[in-house]
Amino acid sequence: MPLVEAIRLALAQIRVQKLKSFFTLLGVTIGVMFLIAVVSIVQGMSNYVTTAVAGKFLGVNTATLRKFPNFQTGNVTDAQWHLWMRRPPITIADAYAVRDALPAGAGWAIDDEKWVNAESKYTNGGPQLLAHATTPQLFKIKSLVVTQGRVFNEEEEQLGLPVAVIGVETQQYYFPGVDPIGREIKVGGLPFRVIGILEKQGTLFGQPLDRVIYAPFNSPMQRFTGARINLAGVIVQAPSPAAMTDVQETVTELMRQRHKLHPAQDNDFVVETSASALSAWDKIRGYLVGAGIFLPAIGLVVGGIVIMNIMLVAVAERTREIGIRKSLGARRRDVMAQFLAEATTLSILGAAFGIGLGFGLSKLLSSAFNLPSGVAPWSIVVALGLGGGVGIAAGIYPASRASRLDPIVALRAE
Amino acid sequence: MSADVREIPLSTTGERQAVVGNVGAVPGQDWVIVTRGITRDYDMGGEVVRALRGVDLAVRRNEYVAIMGPSGSGKSTLMNLVGCLDTPTSGEYWLNGSLVSDMKDDALARVRNREIGFVFQTFNLLPRATALHNVELPLVYAGVGSAERKKRAVEALERVQLADRMDHRPNELSGGQRQRVAIARALVNRPAILLADEPTGNLDSGTSEEIMRVFEELADAGQTVIMVTHESDIAAHARRIVVLRDGRISSDERREKFVQKLET
Ligand SMILES: Nc1ncnc2c1ncn2[C@@H]1O[C@H](COP(=O)(O)OP(=O)(O)OP(=O)(O)O)[C@@H](O)[C@H]1O
Ligand SMILES: [Mg+2]
Repeated sequence: MPLVEAIRLALAQIRVQKLKSFFTLLGVTIGVMFLIAVVSIVQGMSNYVTTAVAGKFLGVNTATLRKFPNFQTGNVTDAQWHLWMRRPPITIADAYAVRDALPAGAGWAIDDEKWVNAESKYTNGGPQLLAHATTPQLFKIKSLVVTQGRVFNEEEEQLGLPVAVIGVETQQYYFPGVDPIGREIKVGGLPFRVIGILEKQGTLFGQPLDRVIYAPFNSPMQRFTGARINLAGVIVQAPSPAAMTDVQETVTELMRQRHKLHPAQDNDFVVETSASALSAWDKIRGYLVGAGIFLPAIGLVVGGIVIMNIMLVAVAERTREIGIRKSLGARRRDVMAQFLAEATTLSILGAAFGIGLGFGLSKLLSSAFNLPSGVAPWSIVVALGLGGGVGIAAGIYPASRASRLDPIVALRAE
Repeated sequence: MSADVREIPLSTTGERQAVVGNVGAVPGQDWVIVTRGITRDYDMGGEVVRALRGVDLAVRRNEYVAIMGPSGSGKSTLMNLVGCLDTPTSGEYWLNGSLVSDMKDDALARVRNREIGFVFQTFNLLPRATALHNVELPLVYAGVGSAERKKRAVEALERVQLADRMDHRPNELSGGQRQRVAIARALVNRPAILLADEPTGNLDSGTSEEIMRVFEELADAGQTVIMVTHESDIAAHARRIVVLRDGRISSDERREKFVQKLET
């Protein structure tokens, strides 16, 4: 029997038994619904993290030279930590050497940072701020824009003027009710004149990105960030995604030379990219997807068992029909195909409903809990595939029972 | 009776004995059915029921045969074997030149589909399918495309004067009409033999005559027909009457002789 015929028959059968079919579908539908919902939420978070980490935190096409990794996957052992601590620092000279070694068109910035205490005349203290001593190129590389005032420029950097660009939370805590532009904020007792306020950045992994203060690298801020002991990061930006490896290699080679490493020795520094940072997220996502697969899997197994039982009942109820079909020349595989198609069609139908409901659920959850959500096209394919798989797995035993019926015995049924 | 309008040449006893006796030999083209000593035992949990105890039956193309005999004599068992719904415990069965007694499940299904049209006492139509779809079924399993299928099913329904009822479901049809749908379904694959196990068993006498007229037309048109019946007036429509007793053929004779014996 051709497949279309089997599917047509299956649909007809489902149509006559709407209610029964509906309950049969339920397990698969619920399983797939949760699968889609979880995957959509994870996908949404993933999209968010990718754009957030790559865009806000690290910048596009950037790599950061550091003493040791900023983003760690898993726990770092004491021994590892000890080794990292004993590495040579990233020096200011290193940073400028990197700048001079870069190809034309590449971007470069020093970004040294440290949590510091701050004070202002307009308030009695406030939270710690993440102080950045940076060269002005940083704003461009990280696409940081101001909503008021301006960012500092090359001249202010050269002169090491104590000017500052602050985040919106810094503004809220240290300049409540006053316009900060032109006013002073003190870090380590030294005044910095506010010249710009950054656009709101929000949070990343729960960390406030707006509790910041940026000052020129050559300003006294570098004292408070500890730039002379070790630079937190030297950021390089490739002119295009294709040039990324080139730029990374240039930096790596230069640093190996400067640290006089033999070819056999490992790097004693890292050149971190958003990709390496994202591997941490990938791990988290792995767990989430794992959980997101496990729960629906239970639903699918239950759904499969339900379908199997319903199909066994169907085979028993339709024994006579099977006998008639066999007497007219249906072979085993024809009967098998008919019942398998029925189970599979049921199950895929259930999966299709589940996909629809799953997207609905993820939209609902994302608007209720303010989570990002996104459609992962593969999840639709996987859900349909799973639906089909469950149908086949659940249908195979009843179908083979049906196909093995003796035509005479089957004809005598009822 | 209209049965004697046209005479179809019947096989003679001698011819039948010759073809049946030649064990292992492929029967000549003329012989649609040849069984050589077929038996069928049913194992009833230790006790063996010997439903057929060695049946030698030879049917030539275009013959119209009725099988009679007391209840339990093995008529249905024989029909099921001849119709390839079942396989003999021992003996040979040649259908249209092939040895079907050696065939396995799927090969038998194929033979049922191509060579055999079966009409049952209880019609055995699919209740939810229309008359047309019921008639199309054998063609579905023959792999015929849907347009061709419909065309041939309509033709078959026309042959049994039911073209105007093709969209009806079985429960919207009378018993006689249902049986005619079943006949159309049996004919749609142009089978070598039409088998009917008590085709009029569930019908009143008027309707039975109607069905017998259909059979007669088919037989006149050259269709080989074998039917089982308990009623002698139904059997008298056939040209040759085989009587079974205790799983063996007890007599096999021309209608004329059978009718004559009945009357005396
Ligand atoms: N599936 C079966 N299992 C066991 N015994 C069977 C089976 N089918 C038939 N028999 C036995 O085989 C013998 C022949 O049965 P069969 O149905 O062929 O008789 P029949 O001539 O068709 O009878 P009837 O006129 O009542 O239909 C009977 O004794 C019956 O009980
Ligand atoms: Mg019987």
